[in-house]
Amino acid sequence: MPQIVNAVEMRGIVKRFPGVLANDHVDFDLCQGEVHALLGENGAGKSTLMNVLAGLYKPEEGAISVEGKRVSFNSPRDAIAAGLGMVHQHFMLVPSQTVTENIILGLEAPRFVLNMAELDKKILALQEQYGLRVDPKAKIWQLSVGEQQRVEILKMLYRGARVLILDEPTAVLTPQEIKEFIATLKGMVASGHSIVFISHKLDEVLAIANRVTVLRHGRATASGVSTAGTTKRKLAELMVGRDVIFFLEKPPATPGPVVLDLQDLKAENDRGLQALKGVSLQVRAGEILGIAGVAGNGQSELAQVITGMRKALSGHVRVNGEDVVNRSPRVAINRQVAHVPEDRNGVGSAPSLSLAENLIMKSYRKAPVGSRLALNRSVIRKQAEELKTAFDIAAPNIDVQARLLSGGNLQKAILAREMSAEPKIIVAVQPTRGLDVGAIEAVQRVLLDERARGTAILLFSEELEEVMALSDRIAVIYEGQIMGEVKPEETTLEQIGLMMAGQRLENIRGETDGHE
Amino acid sequence: MLLGAMFGFKVAVGTGNPWLGLLVAMLAGGMLSLLHAVVTINFQADQVVSGLATNFVGIGLSLVLGEGLSKAGTTALLPNWTVPGLSAIPILGPILFTNQSILVYFGYLLTPAVAFYINRTRPGMHLRAVGEYPSAADALGINVYRLRYLYVFIGGLLAGLAGATISLAISPGWFSELTTAGQGWIAIGIVIFAQWNPWRALAGAYMFGALRRLILDLQGPTMLLWFENPFRAQSPGFFLQMLPYALTIIILVIGSRSAMKKRVGAPAALGLPYVRGERGR
Repeated sequence: MPQIVNAVEMRGIVKRFPGVLANDHVDFDLCQGEVHALLGENGAGKSTLMNVLAGLYKPEEGAISVEGKRVSFNSPRDAIAAGLGMVHQHFMLVPSQTVTENIILGLEAPRFVLNMAELDKKILALQEQYGLRVDPKAKIWQLSVGEQQRVEILKMLYRGARVLILDEPTAVLTPQEIKEFIATLKGMVASGHSIVFISHKLDEVLAIANRVTVLRHGRATASGVSTAGTTKRKLAELMVGRDVIFFLEKPPATPGPVVLDLQDLKAENDRGLQALKGVSLQVRAGEILGIAGVAGNGQSELAQVITGMRKALSGHVRVNGEDVVNRSPRVAINRQVAHVPEDRNGVGSAPSLSLAENLIMKSYRKAPVGSRLALNRSVIRKQAEELKTAFDIAAPNIDVQARLLSGGNLQKAILAREMSAEPKIIVAVQPTRGLDVGAIEAVQRVLLDERARGTAILLFSEELEEVMALSDRIAVIYEGQIMGEVKPEETTLEQIGLMMAGQRLENIRGETDGHE
Repeated sequence: MLLGAMFGFKVAVGTGNPWLGLLVAMLAGGMLSLLHAVVTINFQADQVVSGLATNFVGIGLSLVLGEGLSKAGTTALLPNWTVPGLSAIPILGPILFTNQSILVYFGYLLTPAVAFYINRTRPGMHLRAVGEYPSAADALGINVYRLRYLYVFIGGLLAGLAGATISLAISPGWFSELTTAGQGWIAIGIVIFAQWNPWRALAGAYMFGALRRLILDLQGPTMLLWFENPFRAQSPGFFLQMLPYALTIIILVIGSRSAMKKRVGAPAALGLPYVRGERGR
């Protein structure tokens, strides 16, 4: 590569948060016209480093240069002025405003009166240039997540950003959208932009990036390594610090009778819109039914209806033949329906209670843990100690507040509680989201063990690879409807991706048959 | 509002200039709102609690500073005015443009101005953004704190204006806390009823105004159609006067329920302090 100035140079960046050293003397270079991946587990300090670059955080130590000039950002506005634009993982868009309004938000021009027609035209021209299409008059809340992401990128391009920082941009996209997205990235690189791509997905990093920097516990374990000269295994080791098993062994399923039978379930979401439009599914004892789908297509509502936490408008939830729809969570618990909820802190645990208390939260009504009035302290402590050991929960003791546990250990504690009730059915929603590789392994092992024990498992996950690896059958949900059911060994990521985008299985099959 | 009513009347009595009274009333409302701003924006206190506390401070200050003001007698009031030309329009002319307080005309102009400002201008767009999704605005370099301060202050100015409207035009004088009689709370009800839309707020405000007038009129005549007027007696009179407030409660309950559920019109970050870097808005 010819000797040109780096688009961005970060040297010895140190950023502390109370009790945490998020970035510990990190160096990072971005060449002109490259895609540079920033890889690391959750909490490794990737987003922090890029928030420093985007002017959201001020580093305690270190120097930043943009195109050879030393800079010091006091606010995101300074970073944008220097040509750095960040697309955050949680989109920074105002839901009630239009695409155009969001794109021009915060700019000096136009000074006062907004001529929307003219502005819309300008935005359309910009879209044409980069192939990022989205209706400028649409309100953000009406857009799909992929479209919202395009708005975010357009926002930065409109501001003349030459460096784009993308924080886990593919986490919210379907496989097809990811393909499109990668093509867009290539186009932007070709037109002279440089891109930082934050991710914890190894395959993607290898496919998209020219170079990669790996962070672990706030330190760079690899700086600007060329992706051509490395492997998935090597990167994983740099990321986690030890050898990683990618796929667990899965013995063949021995499905028993139908334990959970859902029929034509309809329900509304919190906004009063219909989130489930007639879902019917069966889960047998000893099998895992994976539910794939882009977030927000009714997964949460479905899990809540099954566990008694949300009222269904109509339909049936039969547990071992008994209809429990619209009863209560208590009824579900008594029928041995375990729930590993999406929201670990709000629903899955009581953050300010102790680990021991959280572990008995579903058994306190029954002897020997509790009698009618009192709780049996010594039994609780003994059970909690046993579960802590059995599920390898890393906590100083069982009296520690649940809020102080790391995400992985909290999830292990929730699993320990749910599994100790010897469930017949497990409803697990995003059980591995946000966990590090080690904890993911542990969670997946628990689910497979339960499957071997003969439990019926309903697994909701946005991680397609996880669904493919764990499930015996996969159902794809889109806008509250099941698009089709496939077996993982008989399907492809493309097929599932099409269903995630709203195509029905029979239509997809029809198409491929036509080609043959 | 009460503070504005008190200052407006006090200054008007003291200087003989109602316009000066109006100005001081607005400033007083603005200053009081800054207290609320400091507590909620800088110290991230609960906005409802702070609002109630600020309200009590306002009442207390008004009563103390307005001591003896009720015996001050009369003063020059804000003028009434008939719009030349427009008042000649049949039906609407006499209703809308004849011999109204100058502030009524100000109200006519303010609504479209505010609607235009909020929906069609750059600063208006920023105003909506800091109320709907402050982190998005912050990420684009908009100073969320400064804008929130500014608009709380403007809200205070308008509340002061509302108070002075009562004490210097609608029902002139100072009758301690009965001057405004808690009509500010009705304003909150109207905002929810209007789903944060200036035009609907206008309609709502006039509806409440008409209701108050209707109640006064109902108490006047001895005969109502062919019956003896049942509202002339003392106790049903109080009952009638209570109606706008009861209606406010009903609207608040309905409004907050459906607003919670469907988020109709209400700014998404309503009541939420903004702290940079904190998740969950």
